[in-house]
Amino acid sequence: MAGADDIILRVEGLRVDLPAGVERPHAVEDASFTLGRREVLCLVGESGSGKSITARAIMGLLPPQVVASAGRILFGDEDLLKVAPERLRAIRGSDIAMIFQEPMTALNPLMTIGDQIDEVLRSHGGGAGAARRARILALLADVHLPEPERLLHAYPHQLSGGQRQRAMIAMALVLEPKIIIADEPTTALDVTTQAQILSLIRELQAKHATGVLFITHDFGVVAEIADRVAVMRHGRLVEVDAAERILTAPRHPYTRLLLDAVPGGKLRPPAGTEARPVVLSVKRLAKTFRSGGGFLGRGRRVVRALKEVSLELHRGETLGLVGESGSGKSTLARCVIRLVEPDSGEVALGDVSLTGISARALRRQRARIQMVFQDPYASLNPRYRIGRLVADGLLINGVAPAAARARAAELLELVGIEAAAAERYPHEFSGGQRQRICIARALALGPEVLVADEPVSALDVSVQAQVLRLLADLRDRLHLSILFITHDLRVAAEVCDRIAVMQNGEIVEHGASAAIFTAPRHAYTRALFASIPGRRAGAQGTGPT
Amino acid sequence: MSPPQAALKDLARRFARNRSALVGLAILAAVLLLAAAAPLLYPATPFALAGKPVSPPFGNFLLGTDMLGRDVAAGIAHGAKTSLLIGLVSTAVAVTFGTLAGGLAGYYGGRIDGLLMRITEIFQTIPSFIFAIVLVAVMSPSIASTVIAISVVSWPGVARLARGEFLSMRQREYVQSCISLGMGDARIMFAQILPNCLSPLVVTASLLVATAILIESGLAFLGLGDPNVMSWGFQVGAGRTVLRTAWWVCTFPGFAILLTVLAINLVGEGLNDALNPRLRNR
Amino acid sequence: MLRRLAQAVPTVLLIVVVNFFLLHLAPGDAAQVLAGEAGSATPEYMAALRAKFGLDQPLYVQLFDYIKTMLSLDLGMSFRQNEPVLTLILGRLGPTLLLMTTTLFLSLGGGVLLGILAASGLRTWRDNVISVLALVSYATPLFWLGLMLIILFSIDLGWLPTSGMETIGAFYQGWARVFDIARHLVLPALTLSLFYLAVYTRLMRAAMLEQAGMDYVTTARAKGLSERRITFVHVLRNAFLPVLTIAGIQVGGLIGGSVVVETIFDWPGLGLLAFESLFARDLNLLFGIFFLSACLVVLVNLAVDVLYTFLDPRIEV
Repeated sequence: MAGADDIILRVEGLRVDLPAGVERPHAVEDASFTLGRREVLCLVGESGSGKSITARAIMGLLPPQVVASAGRILFGDEDLLKVAPERLRAIRGSDIAMIFQEPMTALNPLMTIGDQIDEVLRSHGGGAGAARRARILALLADVHLPEPERLLHAYPHQLSGGQRQRAMIAMALVLEPKIIIADEPTTALDVTTQAQILSLIRELQAKHATGVLFITHDFGVVAEIADRVAVMRHGRLVEVDAAERILTAPRHPYTRLLLDAVPGGKLRPPAGTEARPVVLSVKRLAKTFRSGGGFLGRGRRVVRALKEVSLELHRGETLGLVGESGSGKSTLARCVIRLVEPDSGEVALGDVSLTGISARALRRQRARIQMVFQDPYASLNPRYRIGRLVADGLLINGVAPAAARARAAELLELVGIEAAAAERYPHEFSGGQRQRICIARALALGPEVLVADEPVSALDVSVQAQVLRLLADLRDRLHLSILFITHDLRVAAEVCDRIAVMQNGEIVEHGASAAIFTAPRHAYTRALFASIPGRRAGAQGTGPT
Repeated sequence: MSPPQAALKDLARRFARNRSALVGLAILAAVLLLAAAAPLLYPATPFALAGKPVSPPFGNFLLGTDMLGRDVAAGIAHGAKTSLLIGLVSTAVAVTFGTLAGGLAGYYGGRIDGLLMRITEIFQTIPSFIFAIVLVAVMSPSIASTVIAISVVSWPGVARLARGEFLSMRQREYVQSCISLGMGDARIMFAQILPNCLSPLVVTASLLVATAILIESGLAFLGLGDPNVMSWGFQVGAGRTVLRTAWWVCTFPGFAILLTVLAINLVGEGLNDALNPRLRNR
Repeated sequence: MLRRLAQAVPTVLLIVVVNFFLLHLAPGDAAQVLAGEAGSATPEYMAALRAKFGLDQPLYVQLFDYIKTMLSLDLGMSFRQNEPVLTLILGRLGPTLLLMTTTLFLSLGGGVLLGILAASGLRTWRDNVISVLALVSYATPLFWLGLMLIILFSIDLGWLPTSGMETIGAFYQGWARVFDIARHLVLPALTLSLFYLAVYTRLMRAAMLEQAGMDYVTTARAKGLSERRITFVHVLRNAFLPVLTIAGIQVGGLIGGSVVVETIFDWPGLGLLAFESLFARDLNLLFGIFFLSACLVVLVNLAVDVLYTFLDPRIEV
C-alpha cells in the first residue's frame, strides 16, 4: 500500500469540457485520485466513462476542442495543467510514458522499430550512438522480443500484434519513467497474447519500480493486475479503493452491476443435448482464401481458413464455437449460412442439403437459418425505420405489407422494444437496443437455427448480460438451436451447452461445456483457459495473487 | 423526420454557413440567368457583324468587338448556354454510366470487376485531353461529338469511385443480412447500397461539371468545337490573332470561364464540407 | 520488377486495339485516313495501301496485322510532311520532355512546399491565402492563362519572349544557348505548372492534415518529440506517398495540357505537332502521337511504382 510520501501523481478535481452539441458538457467531472510510486491503479469504466480522456489530460494529449477547465494534476510539485509546453514535452517520454491500444496504428509504418525507440533517447539528450544502441537492445531483451539485433531494423508491419505491443512497451520504458499510463493495451489482442502482455507489464513494473495507471473496461483484467481500482461512470469517479476490497465487497451499486455482469461466474449445467436430433450438420467444410497475386502469380497469399471442419448442432441446444482471431470461426459461420461459398464439404439443415442446390432452392431454405451479426451499428441500414427493417424479410417473401407490419410489431415486443418504436430510425437507439432489433429481424422468418456471430462483443459489459439473457429466453420459448460464436470463453461458459474450440481452421476439442471447463484436454484449450484474465483470482473471489 | 429529410435540411443549413459556397452559388445563378436571358439581351446571332472591328470596351460595346466586328458581350452571353449545356449533359451521361458500371463491378467482383479495372486502367493511361481531341477529330466537331468525347473521358473516374463504394458497402453487415434474408441483387444495389453512397457521388458529379467545361472550352479553343454554336473557348481562340492590339477579345471570355469554373468548384467544396462534417472540426 | 513490366504489356496491347477501332471509326475507310484524305495520294497508291493493310481482309486479321506493325514501331508515314511518323515524333520529343520535367519539378516541388506551409498554419492568413490562390489557379483555363501571361510579360513588360524555344537567327552556342532556351521556357512552364501546382498544394495540405490526426502522431507526441520533428519526419513522409501516387496519374493530364501550351507559345514539341496534324487532317500522325503518349504514361507509371518500393517498406519489389 502506498504511503503519503510515495505518491507521485495527484489528480484533484479534474474537469474536462467537451465541445458544444455533444451528449454531455463534461467528459470528466470532479475526478480526484492518487497514484503511488510502485502501484498499479486500474481506471475501470465502460465506453464513454471518461477514463481515456483522463489519461490523456495527464499527458496533455487531449484532442482539439476538448479542454481541461478546472482542477489540478500534480506531478511532484508541478501542476501539469499549467506547466509550460517545453517542460511538458520534456516530461513526456522521460518521466511519464504512455502505451496505446492499437499497436498497428500507434507506430509509424515508415520507420524501423529501432529508429522509433531511438527517437525517444535522442529527444531527451540520450548520449552517444553506441550507448543508445546498447540500451535499446537491452530493453528489447527485457520485453522478451526475439532476435533484438534483427528487430532494430524491422518495420511495424513485419511484427505480430503481440510483438508490436512489446515494442511499444520497450519504447515507453527506455528512459525509466516514473509513471506509465497504459490505455487499454490488451483490448485489441488475442486472449493468449493478452495474458502474456499483462504478466510482462507486472514483471517490468516490479523490476523498474514504476507506477502504472492502467485503463480498462474488463474486470477480469482488473483482478489480474490491479493493486487499487478506480471506477468511473459518465465522467465521474464512483468508487476508489484497494482492489481486494472492491472485488470482494463492492459498495456502489454501479460497481456491483459491473462485477455481476462479468460473464463466467456460473457455468451452464449439462443438459444432455447430444441425445436430441441433429438440426444442423456440417461435414468436412473447407475454405481457402487467395489474395494478391500479380500477373505471373507471384506474391499471392494463401490462407487456409477452414481445414475440413465437421460439427453437429442438436435441436434446442446452444453450441459455442470458440477461438481467437484467425481461427476460422467467423468463416465457418458465414459458410454455414452461405454468405461465403465453401470450397468443399456439406452443410445440411435436417435432411435438406444447403450446399449444391440451386439459387432459388437456397432462397427458400434461407428462412430456416438466420444470422445475428457482431456490430449493431453496421447491421441496420440507417435510412429505413426499424419497423420496415424487421419486416423486410417477410416483405421479400411475399407477405402482404399490413400483415408484415403487424408481425414486425409482435417481434419487437418479443425482444423487449415497444411496438410504437417501429416508426423510429436506428440511430435513435443504443447499441444494446439495436442488437435486439437485429435479433427481431432474424426471427422474422421463423428460423430453426440462429447463427450468432459474436453478438455481444461490441457491447458494453452491463448490456451484454441483458442481450445474453434475451437470447437464452428466446431459445427456450421458440425452441431455437443456436450456433454461438465468440472469442470470450467466459461468455461461452455461461451460455453454451456444448463448446467446440477452434484453432487455425480446425476444431481441436469439443464436448459439454462443463466438462471442457473443468478438465480441458487439448494443449491449446488449456492455454486458452489459463489466459482468461482474473480466472485465478476470480472476479468475485479472492484478490489478485 | 426521416434521415433523408433531416439530412437534407441539415445539409442546407451547413452549406448556408459556408460563405465561399454561397458566393459560388450566387455566381452560378448569375451565369444561369445570363444564359437564359441571352436571346432577350442579344436577340441577333452572336456571329453577326454588329459593329466596327476591334472597337475597345466600355465604348459603344460593353466589352468591345473582335476582329470581324462581332460583339464580345453577345458572344459571352450565348456562350454561357453552350458551356453549361455541354457541361451538365456530359456529366449526367458520365455519372450514370460510370455508376452503373462501377456499381456492378464492385458488387459482383470477380471477372466483371477485373474487366472493369482493366478498362478503366486503359482509359486512365491514355491522356484524357488528347483522347478527347482524337475522338472529336474522328467524329467531326459538333455539340454531340463534344458531349460524347467528354463523357468517354470522364466516366472511368466515376466508375472507380462507384466501384470502391459498392465494394466496401457489400461487406457491411446490413447488406450481408439482406442477402441472408433472401433479398435479390437488384433490390440490394438500388434500395440498400446506392442511397448510402450518394454523397461522394454528388460531390464528384459537381466537380466533374467544372472539368467538363474546361475540356469543352479547350477543345473549342483549338477549333474543335461546333462551328455553328458560339462558345467561350472559340472566342479566345479566335482572338489570338489580335492579341497585341485587342487584348479584350481574349481576356473577357476567358475570364468568364474562370469565374464559372471557380463558382462550380466552390459549390462542390461546400457540398463536400457539408456532407462530411467530421472533417470540418480540424 | 519483371512482373510489373509484364503487366504493362497487355495495357499497351489494349491501347493499340483502341487505336485500331478509333481509326475505323473515322469517316471514310482506313486507307483514306492513312493517306491524309487530302487527295495527296493517287488512286493507285490508295489501292496499294488497301492491299498492304489488307482492308479487304476480315477485321480480326486486320487487327492482328495492325498490332504487328504498331509494335514494331512502324507508325506509318505522314503524308503532309512526307516523313515517317516515328522520325517526326522523335524529333519533337525532346522539347516536350524538357517542358514536362520542368513543370513536374515546379508543380510538385512547389506544391509540396506550399501544402506544408498551409497545413502547418491551419486557418491562419497564410493558409487562407494559399488555399484561395490554389482554388483560383485550379479554375483557370490553361490557354487563357498562357495568353494573359504573354500580354503581361511579353507585350506590356517586354521581359520575356512571346514564343518559340530559341531566338531565331541568333545561333547561340553552349551556355548562351542554354540561357536562351531557359528564357523561352519560363512562360510555357509557368502556364502549365500553375494548374498542377494548385492540385498538389491542395493534395499535400489535405494529406498533411489527415496524417496529423493519425494515432502514431499521438504516440510521437507522447514520446516527447518536438512539433518540428513530428511534422517533418513523421507526418511529411507519410503524407507524401498519396501525393506521389496522384502525381503519377496526372502525367496524362500534363501531356494533354502540353498540346494547348505548346500551341500558344509555339513551343516545338509533340503537343504542337499534334495540333498541326489535327489541322492538316493528318490522322496517321495524330494517332502516332496518341499511341506514343499513352506509352509514355505507362513508362512513367512504372517508374513511380519502382520509386514507391523505395519509399514505402510495406510494398515488396
